[in-house]
Amino acid sequence: MIALLIRDLRLAIRTGGGFGLGLAFFLIIAVLVPFGVGPDSAVLGRIAPGILWVGALLSCLLSLDRIFALDFEDGSLDLLATAPIPLEGLVGVKAFSHWLTTGLPLTLAAPVLGLLLSLPEPAYLWLILSLLIGTPALSFIGAFGASLTVGLKRGGLLLSLLVLPLYVPTLIFGAETIRRGAEGLGTATPLTMLGAITLGTLAVLPFASAAAIRINLR
Amino acid sequence: MSFWEYANPKRFMALSSAALPWFTALTALVLSVGLIWGFFFTPDDFRQGSTVKIIYIHVPSAFIAINAWLMMLVTSLVWLVRRHHVSALAARAAAPIGLAMTCIGLITGAVWGQPMWGTWWEWDPRLTSFLILGLFYLGYIALWEAIDDADTAADLTSVLCIVGSVFAVLSRYAILFWNQGLHQGASLSLDKEENVHDVFAYPLWTCIIGFVLLFITLVLLRTRTEIRARRVKALIARERMA
Repeated sequence: MIALLIRDLRLAIRTGGGFGLGLAFFLIIAVLVPFGVGPDSAVLGRIAPGILWVGALLSCLLSLDRIFALDFEDGSLDLLATAPIPLEGLVGVKAFSHWLTTGLPLTLAAPVLGLLLSLPEPAYLWLILSLLIGTPALSFIGAFGASLTVGLKRGGLLLSLLVLPLYVPTLIFGAETIRRGAEGLGTATPLTMLGAITLGTLAVLPFASAAAIRINLR
Repeated sequence: MSFWEYANPKRFMALSSAALPWFTALTALVLSVGLIWGFFFTPDDFRQGSTVKIIYIHVPSAFIAINAWLMMLVTSLVWLVRRHHVSALAARAAAPIGLAMTCIGLITGAVWGQPMWGTWWEWDPRLTSFLILGLFYLGYIALWEAIDDADTAADLTSVLCIVGSVFAVLSRYAILFWNQGLHQGASLSLDKEENVHDVFAYPLWTCIIGFVLLFITLVLLRTRTEIRARRVKALIARERMA
């Protein structure tokens, strides 16, 4: 499994595309929003938590179809499915490597973009914390969507239609954590709910994704 | 003789063709009684005026929109467990009806909300959850349409339906946390003291029963269409082989 993780990471970094692209997209969104709503820092600070979370979510979406599609096309997914490690584990590793190459960089880049959007001072800690806790759920839900659409020729658009409604709870609790943090309110409730969603998706969705992949490889 | 014998498409077609005229007639009867009673023979509400009458479409369609998904969940499970094709096709047949009912619920709600709340749309928990339910229907239908192989499509949409149900419920409560509502509580419930006045409640119940009958009729009709489409496909494939 570790070998597989290292292979996926190498592929993601060396083939280019997905890895840097998500980050660049995130940056572009954060830069474009002020052009759209005006440079008033009070307004920007109010909407910054939501913008950052929506931006993270969309840039996560960009690289989702690469989780399984490339391996499916060249046939290595068939080989991996017959390998001794269970398919559920394979899905977990794939989603984890997706998180390492998108969710984690997004989390690290978010404070800088928060600065651009004049996010209030006390919110930075909660921004990093909520993204750190929340983005694994995005990767695992996304891996489920990707496993559903892996056999399709143009699955990309369909993938976003399937995955975005599933992202709603994560987005709500993630953005709510930052908003409450910015206003100095208690953040324990949304943060624990966010953690619960992440742990739940970690525990359950690999099984659903593995089932979907088995159906697609049939 | 068990219930599962009707999973045989031939038996299902025979039974449904016998039952369909009855269901159609009953739907027409109950719906027209309910709607005419509701629209013309109930008094106006003293605050809402005649806009109150939109309840006779709004509540039943919302009720069907939610329960259609529930029915799809059950038939998806039956398909995954027992591999009855009729079950998968019934789920496929129900999805567009559910989507249509969701749209009707949202639109009638907007039409009522404009004079009453002074807004077409409000990010209220119930409204928002309904919008998301509509998105789930869209994704489900799109996945059915996108996959060529019928069995693969049935399997994958069933998995999506099950996971989607969990997330739909999760979204419902997440949204409740996110914004407290403007929408009133349940108008009809069996266990509460305070309900809609009987003058409104009886025609409303009639309309709900009428919508349920309408849903059953449409699902039967659409399932029959799906089965026939499947047969046509099989015939064409056989011609090509010969």
